[in-house]
Amino acid sequence: MLKTLQNLDRRWIFLSMLLAVAIPILTRTVFPEVVSKQAKMVFDAIEDLPDGSNVLMSYDFDPASQGELLPMAQAFTRHCSVKGHKQYYMALWPLGSPMVDLSIDTIQSEYPDMIYGEDYVKFDYKAGGEAVIRMITQDLRGMFPMDSKGVPLDNIPMTKNIKNIQDMDLIVNVSAGDPGTKQWVQFAATPFGLTTVSGCTGVQAPQMYPYIPEQLAGVLGAIKAAAEYEAAIDEAYPSIAENPRAQEAKRRMGPQLVAHSLMIGLIVIGNWIFFVSRKRGQA
Amino acid sequence: MKRTVPLIIAIVAGFVLLIANFIPFAESWGLTAQEWFNILAVGAMVLGGGNLVKLHLMKVSSKRKGWGYSVVTIACFFGTLFFGLLKIGVHPNPLTPDYAWSGYYLENGSTLWWIYEHMVVPLTSMMFAMLAFYVATAAFRAFRAKNTEATLLLVTAGVVLLGRTYAGVWLFEGWLPESMQWLRFDNLTVWIMDIPNTAGTRAITIGIALGVVATSLRILLGVDRSYLGQD
Amino acid sequence: MSTDTTKQSNALIWGVIFIIGAIMLIWSMSTSRTGQVWVTAQQHAFTQLSDGSYTSTDAPASGDIEWTTYKKVSDRDLTQEMIDNGSATLSWSRTIGLWLAAIFTLFILSFLVGDNPAYKFAEAMVVGTSAGYVMVIGLWDVFVPNLLGKLFPTLVQSWALPGMDVAAGSQLLYIVPAILIVMLLFQLMPSGGWISRWPIAFFIGITAGYRMIGYVEADLVAQIKAGIIPLWITGQGGFELWPTVNALLLTIATLAAMVYFFFSIEHKGLVGKTARVGIWFLMITFGASFGYTVMGRIALLAARLEFLFGDWLHFIPSS
Repeated sequence: MLKTLQNLDRRWIFLSMLLAVAIPILTRTVFPEVVSKQAKMVFDAIEDLPDGSNVLMSYDFDPASQGELLPMAQAFTRHCSVKGHKQYYMALWPLGSPMVDLSIDTIQSEYPDMIYGEDYVKFDYKAGGEAVIRMITQDLRGMFPMDSKGVPLDNIPMTKNIKNIQDMDLIVNVSAGDPGTKQWVQFAATPFGLTTVSGCTGVQAPQMYPYIPEQLAGVLGAIKAAAEYEAAIDEAYPSIAENPRAQEAKRRMGPQLVAHSLMIGLIVIGNWIFFVSRKRGQA
Repeated sequence: MKRTVPLIIAIVAGFVLLIANFIPFAESWGLTAQEWFNILAVGAMVLGGGNLVKLHLMKVSSKRKGWGYSVVTIACFFGTLFFGLLKIGVHPNPLTPDYAWSGYYLENGSTLWWIYEHMVVPLTSMMFAMLAFYVATAAFRAFRAKNTEATLLLVTAGVVLLGRTYAGVWLFEGWLPESMQWLRFDNLTVWIMDIPNTAGTRAITIGIALGVVATSLRILLGVDRSYLGQD
Repeated sequence: MSTDTTKQSNALIWGVIFIIGAIMLIWSMSTSRTGQVWVTAQQHAFTQLSDGSYTSTDAPASGDIEWTTYKKVSDRDLTQEMIDNGSATLSWSRTIGLWLAAIFTLFILSFLVGDNPAYKFAEAMVVGTSAGYVMVIGLWDVFVPNLLGKLFPTLVQSWALPGMDVAAGSQLLYIVPAILIVMLLFQLMPSGGWISRWPIAFFIGITAGYRMIGYVEADLVAQIKAGIIPLWITGQGGFELWPTVNALLLTIATLAAMVYFFFSIEHKGLVGKTARVGIWFLMITFGASFGYTVMGRIALLAARLEFLFGDWLHFIPSS
């Protein structure tokens, strides 16, 4: 047994991981979610804003992290839409622009009463990362003279009175890396005191905790936090709870439990092999 | 000249930004520098694309092993550029339908959109999804509790792995007394993130900040000239 | 394991995979519209007004501008009635695209069995298409409006951005970044690469300036400020034990971890012990990071499998 495990072909481990994720997906296993403190903080940051507030949504991620971040991005969109907040979309990653398009598709299909230019607007992607953030904290038109449809900002009802992002009531950043939440904290939230919440990948999430609560009002770390946020929204807005498209993160928690259990099993077995081999080697 | 002028450019550019941050009079200089930086970033993208083509063309011309795949890379690169730059399949902007080129280059249904949706998305996302498998083999083969520190790491990882799923609640349901609920893995995970993780990350963050300040000062004062390369 | 045994086991694995895959595909195609993408058509027509502007119209006449766009009908919304009455039609380009997306996903997955030509082909494609795509975005979103639009506003306005404000006229100062871009491209030349040092130096200088400002304010000063917290917590009921313990622990752990990173003093005696405590807290930090990282990776895999089982094979409702 020990020798078999020591020489185990790694493809068996690959297969076990594949099955650990595939079977819960096929059986549609979903578990109840308990809203954690962090998810509640993010939920409250958006919920407590007066209806119709200005919210800047920066999507700084790409298809590689779509599986983790798109559910929380869509949840942000639905929450802001149901609160009637004015949503200003932008992207600091080149492949973030199509992610914004997905959120706009959600608005157009689920909230058809919302009007482009009055309730939501999209800005093009701009290169430069922190330079873009620095610029728009002082002069929005310097970076975005027009929206993504080529209409000058002065001709759009919801942007004509916006000088820079200091006129925003909240910044929502969905981030997969650099540029991302760290740059928003460094160049917008800290120097100008702009209230910022973040949804970020599991890799990034632990690094954001020192910024809470003075520099970041809350962080959704990884898919689990996205599922908790969805649960918080469902509790507050039953109409969203009935929408199967709004439960994507919750659905992905089924495979998480099984796969995490597999990971712990693998660590335990790996260490068992190590200790037994060492003992037999010493004996 | 080859090294002096770029050195002066780097120092001046950096100090313009610093001065613009503190002196309102110089704010417009900083904004101009930032705009140029953003435009130059696109130049860097073009350079990246050019370098990619150059390397793969060299591989094809010298017929090195795997040159056929370089042909695929170059074909995909130029194909994407062609369909994207020429806005193939893109309709005009409905606000200005008489301007044929006014449409959004990534319009739903256009050729570039098709490439993005059916090639870029599945390929890039599956590439990164493969990491799940490698993390599993790493867990089995490499993560060993050889000493106190490694044991601490693995125990914390185990608590967080279970705590961030329903198992963190379910494992303790029905038998854990109310006064001991803090031991439930989900509550323990929250505590781990709030206290030890915040402490460790804060120390790392402060250390990195000091390092970045030191490195930036070295560049702005002209001490570090490694970016100038060799003559 | 000998080469022959490896080849045999690889062949066996591929055989099993193809058989299981074929069974799944046949099952799927016999019970659902596997890999089919249905769309509804939307007609757009615009007629010219007397003032030269255009307005949308539902009754297009000769000379009007017309085009058709297609919107995907999700599998849960698609009904047989829609197919029968022709309101929904099969989109061959999107159907072929969906099958290609699934095949490319499987090509990448095939790397788990072993390196193979299908994976290498997919890898070559991802490199080429991603690079080309990012360049297209950079050129249309930044280069055209922010550079060409500043240097030749009237031309750009008449060509691609009719909504652009041309009142400011040509801003010749933007010739500087244009020249810097040309200089940057000298990196690709066999000789004269030193010319690219100017724009690179500009990048480095600006980045150094940004980083200093950002890191000092947000990561140094603000973090030190956040780390200075009351160590004796009282509330409405008086002294609170656990918040006080947590505050003490947070402060001690932060200081201990910082002592670990201080390499100018030898880690002996009290300093050594403090550094040891610091590294324990750092290990807890890394353990938490590992847990979160695993969560992230598995979510990515789950998303891809949802695509294969949902959008392609229809074993589960598609997203």
